[in-house]
Parts: sequence; C-alpha cells; structure tokens
Amino acid sequence: MDARELIARRAAQEFKDGYVVNLGFGIPVLAASYIPEGVEVILQAENGILNFEAVTRLGEEDPYIADAACQPTRILPGGSTFDLAMSFAIIRGGHVDATILGALEVDQEGNIANWALPLSPGKWSPGMGGAMDLLVGAKRVICTLQHTDKKGRSKILKKCTLPLSAAKVVDLIITELAVMEVTPEGLVLKEVAPGVSVDQVKAATEADLIVKGPVPEMRL
Amino acid sequence: MKSKEVSLDAALSHIKDGMTIMIGGFLGLNEPLAAIDRLVKLGVKDLTLITAVNAYPGGGFGIGKLIENHQVKKYIGSHIGTCPAAVEQYKNGELEVEFYPQGTLIEKIRAGGAGLGGILTPTGVGTLMEEGKQKVTIDGKVYLVETALRADVAIIRGYKADKMGNILYRGTPNSNPIMALAADYVIAEVDYVVEPGEIEPDRVGTPGILVDAVVKGYGEEKTREIFRELWIKNKKLA
Repeated sequence: MDARELIARRAAQEFKDGYVVNLGFGIPVLAASYIPEGVEVILQAENGILNFEAVTRLGEEDPYIADAACQPTRILPGGSTFDLAMSFAIIRGGHVDATILGALEVDQEGNIANWALPLSPGKWSPGMGGAMDLLVGAKRVICTLQHTDKKGRSKILKKCTLPLSAAKVVDLIITELAVMEVTPEGLVLKEVAPGVSVDQVKAATEADLIVKGPVPEMRL
Repeated sequence: MKSKEVSLDAALSHIKDGMTIMIGGFLGLNEPLAAIDRLVKLGVKDLTLITAVNAYPGGGFGIGKLIENHQVKKYIGSHIGTCPAAVEQYKNGELEVEFYPQGTLIEKIRAGGAGLGGILTPTGVGTLMEEGKQKVTIDGKVYLVETALRADVAIIRGYKADKMGNILYRGTPNSNPIMALAADYVIAEVDYVVEPGEIEPDRVGTPGILVDAVVKGYGEEKTREIFRELWIKNKKLA
C-alpha cells in the first residue's frame, strides 16, 4: 500500500453515516473509494451539487453537469444542483459536517496553508478556490497530507511558514506515519501507521507532539 | 413587446477595450463558449475579467482562450492554477491578479447586484485576505468587510431563454444567476430561444428584466460534442 492509499483509507474511517462531506482534490477524493460498509455520506461539490458520483463511461456524460474539477458527473437520486451563492452559504453556514483537504503545511495550532506557493516576490499561486470558506465553515476539518516533503522536511510544523488559508481550524491531521489531533494543549499523537514507532514519528515531525501513554496502531 | 434576441456581434459590441466583464461558468462548464470564442476573434483588449474560477484545467478552452490571446490585463477570481497562461502572465507582470476566496467573491457579486455596499465574512480572517480591509467584531466574532463588486458587462450562460429574457438553467448554474444582477449590460447565451410563456414561471432562474440581450450559442447538440471531445481528450471518458 503506498502512502496516498494508506492516508485515504485512514481518512475514510472519519466518515460517519449521514455526513455531508466536501472532499478536496487528490487524496481526499480517493478516500471516497474506501468509505466503510454501512456508512452512507452525501458529497457536496463547491460548484453547486449535493449527492453525486463521477461518470467515466462514454455516453453517460451530461455536458451541463460536472463536479468542482469539471469531471463528468451524475446526480444521484435525492441529489440537487444550485448556484454558487447557495453552495457557499451551505459551506460557510455550517451545513457541511466535515471537509477533508490536502495541505502544503499544517501546524500544531491548527493553522493550515494550502493555497499559495511563491511565484515571484509578493505574488502567489494557484489561489484558494473554495478552500478558505470550507475551512471556516465545515464543522470538522480533517487535513490529509504526506508527513514530509520531497527533501524529507516535516510539513507538520510548530508554525506554518507559507500564507495561511485559515487560522486555528484543523481538527485532525492524517499522514502516512500518524494521526494527530489538534487540542487546546497542543498536537496530540493519536495513532501511528503499521510498523512505525512513536520515535520515528517524532523524528519526522517539527511540531511538538504530545504523547499520552501507549499510542495505538492505525487500523486500516 | 420587443424581442431581446440579438446577434452575437450586436450584443458583444457593448464590450469595449478596458472594460470590466464578468463571465459565468465553472472551469468551462455552463460557460458562454460561443460568446467567448467570438470575443477572441473580435480582439477587445485590456479587459478586467471576473470569473469564479479560471479555465478548464490546462487551458485552451473557454475563458482560457481570452487570457492566452492576451486580452485580459487584470483577473479577479479565486484561482488561476488551472490556466498555465494566467500563471505565466501573472509571473512575468503582464497580468494583474486579485484573489478572493470563492465564497467571498460570489457574495461580493451578489451584493453588487442587490444594492448592498458589501458583506461581512469570517473567511480570510488571520490570512493575507485581511490586507487593506476593515474588520468588524459582532457578538465577539471577527469579520472582514468585503465590498460589492460589479461589472460593465456580464455574459452568462443559460439553457433556454424566452424573448423577454427569462432564463432557465440546466445542471449546475454556478455563478450565472448571481452575475445576472451585477452588471450594467447583461448578455445571456443560451442553447434555445423560445417564445414568452414557453418557460414555466416557476422554472425561471433569472427573471427577464435582468437580461438585456439574448443570444443563441452553439446549441445543445454542439455543446454535447464539445464536452464529449474535451473529456475524451483529457481521459475523463472512455
């Protein structure tokens, strides 16, 4: 199992039956493939859909309906479409139970940076899309990301260095090494990945990790 | 009553160099593709373009063509990453970019069309979005003041319009119904133009009084071909 699949499988366990969820691109969307049996969720797409699924077979597409990545999409029975003001009222207004989003950096205070990489001095790209609204509005914010960057540097920091998407909003961080919860006392190590030790997680993490007693292994 | 149906060129003649225009759509979908293609041919330039998100990923489609053709001097929206030309032009200084979170942007546009001076939002508090903006605290919670946004011309995309300008949307209407209120001149590109009375009143998504010009776009059959080709090329359909 590669890192992405492991993170997606663990993130999928956060879905609760009946949840309205909005999934970011990449690993979060992959998590939808591993929703536990007996759990049904309603997916929300920021471009204005509730309850949909992807379409991949030629002839089943509808050129008036696509998801927030403009992938051909089908509305499921009981689903609905609506305009962007309604969509972001749903998002910002606290009507989405959980969002799973990727990040460039996340820190021990629950700050998250996921919209801006430096393009040139004072210029940032690619932009936030709907992420800032989701982070502020969703009842629960789950952040999925690889624990370190390509050079092995921790992406779980004491303090984010890139421009923030939102301050103090992240509830849970899931990486290929660990599950960490943001609490008022700090970042608590809740689970380690199979075969990974607490010391290994600590060594790969710049943030201060609080370890309370034995740390259980992720069940995947 | 005089029909609002006009030719594409007659409608687009209202767009002059240097104007601010809003274009409905989301990554190409339910975007006024015929009007955009014609704008590229007409070559109006120095535009300020307002859209919710940018072009279909990779560009070369819809609003991406306007940026690739160097007709846009300023872009206002929530994202540029899907349009390589926008990223490149922003980097080299040709294109000015103003980012707003998407939910903030759509509310700014809604305010612009609804006679409001702006809105208060918690989105962006504690981020770069605070720069140069007023903050207010209500019941202990901090909000950013985001002012209203309007355009000289809005081009929206519906499915059907009657000749009085009433619009019926199909699928995901995205930013179109919001932009329909927020510009001095509103052009609606649709697949079908029908007679007044042919759209059930309770299916009207944008009342006709808000629309200045109705133009026939590529039509449904061609729209189906365009997206089938796009999605096959991008390996979304097989």
